[in-house]
Formats: sequence, C-alpha cells, structure tokens
Amino acid sequence: MTSPDAILPSKHLLGIDGLSPANITALLDLADTYVGQGRGTDKKTALLQGRTLINLFFEASTRTQSSFELAGKRLGADVMNMSVKTSSVSKGETLLDTASTLNAMRPDILVVRHQDAGAAELLSRKLDCSVINAGDGAHEHPTQALLDALTIRRHRGNLEGLVVAICGDVLHSRVARSNLRLLSMMGARVRLVAPRTLLPCDADRFGVEIYTDMKQGLAGVDIVMMLRLQLERMAGAFVPSTREYFRFYGLDREKLAYAKPGALVMHPGPMNRGVEIASDIADDVLVSLISEQVEMGVAIRMAILDALARGLAREETESRGMA
Amino acid sequence: MITSKGSRVAFKNARLIDPASGLDAKGGLLVENGRIADVGPRLFNDAEPHDPEVVDCRGLVLAPGLIDCRVFTGEPGAEHRESLESASAAAAAGGVTSMIVMPNTDPVIDEPSLVDFILRRAAATAKVRVLPCAALTKGLLGETMTEIGLLKEAGAIAFSDGDRSVANARVLRRALAYAATFDALVLSHAEDPELVKGASATEGEFATRLGLPAGPAIAEAMMVERDIRLVELTGARLHFAQISTGAALDTIAAAKARGLPITCGVAAHHLTLNELDVGAYYTFRKVRPPLRSEADRAAMAEGVASGVIDVIVSSHEPQGADTKRQPFASAAAGTVGLETLLPAALTLLHDGRASLSQVLAALTATPARIFGLPAGRLAKGAPADLVLLDEDEPFVVDAEKLSSRARNTAFDGRKFSGRAQKTYVGGECVFERSR
Repeated sequence: MTSPDAILPSKHLLGIDGLSPANITALLDLADTYVGQGRGTDKKTALLQGRTLINLFFEASTRTQSSFELAGKRLGADVMNMSVKTSSVSKGETLLDTASTLNAMRPDILVVRHQDAGAAELLSRKLDCSVINAGDGAHEHPTQALLDALTIRRHRGNLEGLVVAICGDVLHSRVARSNLRLLSMMGARVRLVAPRTLLPCDADRFGVEIYTDMKQGLAGVDIVMMLRLQLERMAGAFVPSTREYFRFYGLDREKLAYAKPGALVMHPGPMNRGVEIASDIADDVLVSLISEQVEMGVAIRMAILDALARGLAREETESRGMA
Repeated sequence: MITSKGSRVAFKNARLIDPASGLDAKGGLLVENGRIADVGPRLFNDAEPHDPEVVDCRGLVLAPGLIDCRVFTGEPGAEHRESLESASAAAAAGGVTSMIVMPNTDPVIDEPSLVDFILRRAAATAKVRVLPCAALTKGLLGETMTEIGLLKEAGAIAFSDGDRSVANARVLRRALAYAATFDALVLSHAEDPELVKGASATEGEFATRLGLPAGPAIAEAMMVERDIRLVELTGARLHFAQISTGAALDTIAAAKARGLPITCGVAAHHLTLNELDVGAYYTFRKVRPPLRSEADRAAMAEGVASGVIDVIVSSHEPQGADTKRQPFASAAAGTVGLETLLPAALTLLHDGRASLSQVLAALTATPARIFGLPAGRLAKGAPADLVLLDEDEPFVVDAEKLSSRARNTAFDGRKFSGRAQKTYVGGECVFERSR
C-alpha cells in the first residue's frame, strides 16, 4: 500500500535487495539536504516529534547505534537504546518474545542489529512498527551501503561507471554484500579483492570481478573500500597472521599507487591499523573519506527515518480514512 | 658449497638422454659459467673440443641431475643423524643434484627466518641444491596454517606437513584455499592418522602371522579421496608425496582424467619391496607408509610405466642405531635412500616395465615441472646439473659404504644394476666414483 511518490518501497528497510535505483537516488537526494542541517548551529527539527525509535542492538556497536540515536534526536523523536547485555535476552528470552514485548510498547521505528542473518526480516513480520536493519549476520547492512554511496556521490557526482574495489574479509562481511548490491545496481563496476579463504563461494556469480592479488585488484580503481578483519579470524583460521595479512592485503602506499591517481579510500570502521590499513593512509585527509563516512552516516539515517515516518503518517491517515 | 666455475667443461662421446625434449642420442654437451651452453648430437662430432676440461663419457648416459622431491635431514636439531652437508654427499653419490627437504626438523620449518636458515646453511655446506619445503601448518600440528605468502617469498618451494596428514578437513580446506591464493604447491602425506595409529605394518596375513600392530591399506586411499575433493573445492595444486597402494593410484588416475591439478610420487622402496621383505622383523625395512602387498607393489611399477605416478622419490629418512635397534613395533620408521634412488628406479628398466627415458623423466623433467625448477633438462641456458650414469653396472649395496651419515638402508645386501658415475652441480663435479 505504498503511494507512487514514496521514497521507500515498503515500511521497512531490511536490505538493499528490494530497493530500486530510483529509491536509492531519492534517498541520497534527501540525505544531501540533511548534511547542511547537521553542520548548522540549530541541528534539531520537529519532524519526528511524538515518534518513538528503539535501538535494539544484539551486537556491540559504537558508530551505527550512536548514529541512529543522533539522527532520531535531531529529527525530534524519542530514542531508547536497548542494550542486550542488560535486557532479558541475555536471560534466555527468544527473539520473538523480545519482539512481542517491544511491540506492546508501541514504538514507531525499531532499529535492529543481530548476529544472525534474517533476524531483521523475522522481526519485521512480527512487529507493527517500521524495522530498519542495522546489520544481520553476514547478510546485509543497508544503511552502511547507503552512507557509502552518499559519500562517494558527493565526491564523484555519480556512481555510474566508477570502478570500486572492496578489499578484505568479504566472506564474513554484510557491508560488502550490501555495497556490492547497491554499487552494481547503480552502474558501478565492483571488484572483490581477498585471499581465497575470505571470498564467499560463487562470489563470481554476482557480476563482480574477483582478484586474489591486491595490486592487480587495485589497478585503475576509483574507490578502495577496505573491510575490517575480525581479530579472531587472523590467528590461522582464515589467514595465518597479522603480519602476513598486512604484507599482502593491508592497504599501504605501495599498493594504493596501483589505483587511479586521486583514488579515494573508505573504511566502515572500526579500523585495525597495521592490519588492513596503514595509519598514514587512514589519516591522510586527501585520500581518506573515513571521517566523512561517519558524518554521512547521520545524514543518510535522518533521510531514512524521514522517509519511513512519511510512510507511517500516510498509513495512519489512510487507516483513519477507512474508519 | 655450490660454486659455478667461469671455465668451460666439454662432455664428448655421451649418450644424451633428456626426457623433457625426448632426446636420446649420442652427442656432446658444453658447460659454460655453470650453465649448459650447448648440447646436441652433432656437438664435438667433427672437431675435438679445445676446452681446458674435456670429459670423455665413453658412451655412458649423460642426463639431467636427479631431483629428489622427498628428503628428510636432521638439520636443524638432529645433525648427529644427518646434516644438510652429509645428506648432500649422499645425494651427490646418488646422482641427485637437487633435493627438496621436508620441514620435519627441530624446530619445524614454519617461519620465514627458518627457511632462510636452511638456504644459508645449504649454501655454506651442501654440495647439491637444497630446496626447502615449509610446513603447511604451524608446528606440523594440523591446526593453523603457516604464513604461506611470506614463506614462499623467503624461498619455500612447496608446503607440507611432511610425514603427517592434516587430519582436520576444515583446516586443510582453508590451507589449500589460502595456498591457491599464492599458487603455492601443497604436498600431502595421505594416511588416515587414526586408522594407522600405532601401526607398523600393513594389515593382512603376513602382519597377522608376525603379530605386528597393523593398519589397513585403505587408510591411504581414503585420505587421497578426501584430499582430491578438497582440491576440487579450492582449486589448489596438490602433490601426493608418495603413494603406495593400487587403490590410491586408481583414485588419482580418475582425478587426473577429470583435469584436476593433482600429481603424485612413489618411494623407491615401494617400487622394489613388499611386506614380505620385512622377514624376521627387519627394522631397516620399517617405513611409513609400511611396505604393502605384492599386488600393490606391482601396481606402483605399473603406475610409473603408465605415467599416472609422476615422480619417484627416495623418502630419505635418516635414523640412528638408537631408533632402529629396537623391537619392530617400537623401532622408528624410515630408510635412507638418496644413493639408492637411481638404482632402485632402474629396476623398472631391467624388469622391462619402462624405458630409460621414462625412468629418468620421473626423476628429472617431471619433478622440475611440478616444482617449477629451471633444472631437470638438457637445454641451453639450463643449470649444468648433470649425472653421468651406467645403467647396467651391477653392484651390491653395502650399508657401511654409504656416503650419508645415517646408514639405515632398506637395501643392504641388495643387488642392483646401474648407478651414477659422476655428478655435476652448476658445472662443478661434486662426485666421481672411484674405480
């Protein structure tokens, strides 16, 4: 029951899958207008006044959770953070029981991060409110891909035709999956660069180019997206050691020199300096967009909350009309 | 120490055999600056060479020096059994000019600095080329992969846990996938470790009569099958260091027919001895995997003849009296083999199973191709690693006269025909048989 002028195709944002290029362009356009709001002295509006946003994070998160909190507060919503450590989930409650408890509190928007793929989808079917996926297992992290797209677009004007290398632990990365879906959809050429132990099976079926040699993979690219390598995956299970990983897959000046002159570097954070990225690159404001990604994260989340709230308002008007 | 002389050496009146090109003809060969400068049937036919050093081969076979793909030494850690230097002396006496040494030392070769150590020690002490194989898993424990990229850069030629199988399929899967990333060759020892735990012989009538703890021969084929599936999944290049059963051979033949990047070797003793040779608990014939049935031995010979088995190795494994003078079940496994590799392989020729060129291919050109070595062929520009051999000379193996420090040969007293007369590494004579 979405109207033709809606920015998002449904009341939930569960993944990049399900969005169209038009949805994405509209969201990015809307987000552009919120960048200025964040930079002004009066950062707050009353667009979401009276609305309740719940942040439900089953995995530790600093930037995504605070980004949603800030986005909600800047739009005037009441924001509640539910940390799993202090909730009854850690006492053995199932996800669906948690869902019905939350539902009874009548939130308008639920932001959820969970270690299992499909968790956000499951909640969206059981709750009356809008659900935003803030990361589910190794499946999707759509708001990260959208903020990355916003960051790139503001620097390059357009996503179409860009060559983007996504490097590192693609196997376990929801960021990589959402980004490759979004970037491919918007006409960018995506490369995946990783040792074979960190490449998912049949990755070549996604219309991307696969490289196991970083220098070849970076040759001529416009954007280098580094992924975080989880510490527990370094000690021999997927790669033999930190020093070997940095030697062959860590982004340093020597490897970056293979990219197109002026190529930009991104990282979803938090970084492991000296593992996947050298400090002098991470801190180089001329090539690193890492801080800017965080800023764009707030803007894109304001845009998403705005778009979902508009949908909720429409839905409420329609149901009142029917009554 | 390998020093390439600036001077020239001319070989005349040779029977040149180069399995890589199929050459088998009378001719000559010229060495310059440690490399083969010229070779061919017409060389030195019309005019005598005027070089300072001329070797009259008197019609003997001049072939590429042998490459032994599976050698254990005691360096570092057990130099009293065998050092790189003493092993290289045995290699030179056996016509072996390159030996690939296994990482099963103390400490295990699982660190780039230790690969560097082997290369430096070899450069300082060894008469032949030493190519280190690094461990595939840290400490050979089969738990976490080694730094394959850094080890390869340091000079590791391949990766293996030596005489141990990686029992955990998940660990091997990831190690193979990671190795494939660097196009690194992995050597597998195919033996299900649980099935052969404590075994010192092959299960069967003979082991039962002797009352020896034994393991089933299928322990090998099972691991070969598992490894092949993992190769199919990961795309890694895998070489079975030594197989010993017909069942494993059939499985490998089928995998090769499917185009998988798989190769395999056989140990000289599995070509020439069977389980009955253990006789009255003769511990020098205790090897791993254990000697097999006569049917399996014959299958190995057939495998070399058909080309399914790519290489013949010595599996040279030095042991001392302390480890061998024990009851059979308690004795250490292993036989030295660098000096008997060629004579044992030549039994295939004398039994009419294979041509001389076929036998030499499994000792020269094919291992060079698998391991990516520049040696192993008689071609202009190739390293002048050569063996002059008499394929018919009869002799009796005498353990006391071996050049290796360890004397634990499974072939003591065995009559063979054919052995190396002279061995050259980089154009330098490193061995000459005294008359």
